[in-house]
Amino acid sequence: MAMTTATAISVQRRPHWWQQRTLSRFLRHRLALIGLIVIVTLTLACVFGPYLLPHDELTVDLRARFSPPLTDDFYLGTDPLGRDITSRLLMAGRISLLVGFSVMLISTAFGTLIGVIAGYFRGWTGVVLMRIVDAFLAFPSIFLVLVLSAFVKPSPFMITVIIALTCWMEIARIVEAEIRSLRERDFTVAARLAGASARWIMFRELVPNAMGPIIVAATLTIANAILLEAYISFLGYGIQPPLPSWGNMLNSAQQYLTNAPWLAIVPGITITLAVTSFNFIGDGLRDALDSRSDLQ
Amino acid sequence: MTAPALIARELCVSFHKAGGSVQVIHDVCFEIAPGETLALVGESGSGKSVTSMALMRLLGKANRVSLSGQVLLPGASDGDFVDLLAVDDHAIRRLRGRRIAMIFQEPLTALNPVQRIGAQIAEAVRFHGGCSRRAARARALELLEQVGIPEPRSRLDSYPHELSGGMRQRVVIAIALAMEPEVLIADEPTTALDVTVQAQILALLKQLQRDNGMAMLFITHDFGVVSEVADRVAVMYAGRVVEEGAVGAVLERPLMPYTAGLLASVPKLELAGLPGAPLATIEGSVPDPARLPEGCSFHPRCREYRPGICDGAVPPLADLPGARRIRCARAGEWIASEESSHAD
Repeated sequence: MAMTTATAISVQRRPHWWQQRTLSRFLRHRLALIGLIVIVTLTLACVFGPYLLPHDELTVDLRARFSPPLTDDFYLGTDPLGRDITSRLLMAGRISLLVGFSVMLISTAFGTLIGVIAGYFRGWTGVVLMRIVDAFLAFPSIFLVLVLSAFVKPSPFMITVIIALTCWMEIARIVEAEIRSLRERDFTVAARLAGASARWIMFRELVPNAMGPIIVAATLTIANAILLEAYISFLGYGIQPPLPSWGNMLNSAQQYLTNAPWLAIVPGITITLAVTSFNFIGDGLRDALDSRSDLQ
Repeated sequence: MTAPALIARELCVSFHKAGGSVQVIHDVCFEIAPGETLALVGESGSGKSVTSMALMRLLGKANRVSLSGQVLLPGASDGDFVDLLAVDDHAIRRLRGRRIAMIFQEPLTALNPVQRIGAQIAEAVRFHGGCSRRAARARALELLEQVGIPEPRSRLDSYPHELSGGMRQRVVIAIALAMEPEVLIADEPTTALDVTVQAQILALLKQLQRDNGMAMLFITHDFGVVSEVADRVAVMYAGRVVEEGAVGAVLERPLMPYTAGLLASVPKLELAGLPGAPLATIEGSVPDPARLPEGCSFHPRCREYRPGICDGAVPPLADLPGARRIRCARAGEWIASEESSHAD
């Protein structure tokens, strides 16, 4: 008898991570789930695909120029130099996705840092930082990127840095607003009363509480970064051939638009697919991380 | 008598607004001895909470506040004091939590929602202790046991939302007690809780106070709670202490008409059976601190108001026998009638 009572009142087991409501809310968001599947598939294809394909992305085969899709084993056709578009697309995906993820990491870290400092230290520090953010925002980001890329050697690393420089402001603003309201909450005051330093409160108390909006904004940043990279590569300032990227594949397709439309359609669809998928994932995360969405 | 654990001396707080500054706390003075509980009582807006925040120096420069007076903790040697309002920011951080701690009204908001409670308690230890993670966690476990949380070991890894209100308040108390402070400020710690849980938390606080010998400043508007926990009581009105004394004396024979009115406003159980029996109230409301009435701030609401006596100058806090003080223009009359009633 005593045994059974003891088991009965014992503390309930914590649900495993796969049983948690955040996950179930995310999975209920159809489009987000599809987006996630697309991104995972695309990433896996870009990472492992090139090893499995019959053609190298740089091998020129002049006998097979302008092959339309599904000619022999050129599944998506070939380009003006007879290079296999499938393997070029996947190699370009490595660059484009890597740029997207790296931009997300850099701009999220930097934007969060600026946002937390501006939100926590009200007064002059906050005002000055947020006016800098506003100034960056007021400048059309595409011109900023183009101006910056005119001055540096367009390696993937520099392109990442340049795009990150134009993507951090959104996150800084979101974080700043979030921190401003969180810092007035009792637990922040309680931490100060327990003798916590400003740095501790900012990064150990406040940032974890703002994680939801940060994650959502970060996801949307990936989509934005992929689009920006494609844009500047398309204009010829981004990733330089022969290194393929989705943007410069579009660029080289321009002049053959009428006789070889697949050259533009294939990378175009891929960009659209990747960008919309990230946007759907962002939407899904927004709903999943908002615990109030269960009540509606 | 032992040296006090906390002394507040001529504490004044003003808020600066665009239209000028408003003084909300006027010359608040009190002392609390180790192991003693002083209850600070008053209506909403009387300045209780601002006083407690001023004591912890939570009202910073950024809030456009000016603070004056002294908040003294005993210093390194006898007769030596540390003034919380005068030390630098680094020093105040070293004092907060370690020597003077505070618990809040709303236990849910006082805990970080995304951090496990064990980590939150351990943090409070690590801010000051400089001890290892493992030692801090062990201390957290010990504290959870001390505040009476069942199955403390498994509770260490719970999040605040997984606990009931009473349990959360116990966790908040555990955090406050982590460094065994000499002074604990409790700002309405039981207001948000059920009556039964309230009684448990009060009993817990009293027991912990007995064990640690800490001084407690207990802020409340509930006289039931006052009689339960406090040794002495200070009544505040419009930013001033208007009456202070031992709990028994003040609750049984309030001298200041405001205290008498507050006590009369406590609903009595005997009246519950009589439908329509009026609840006693004090007419009017607490005055705007920007437009305090002349003389005694309470006179427009006071039943004992005498023109010419009460609306002249602010009456001083008069000392009475038995460590009692009242701030009333007609204090002399009350004392005389008190003495005559004793003579009978």
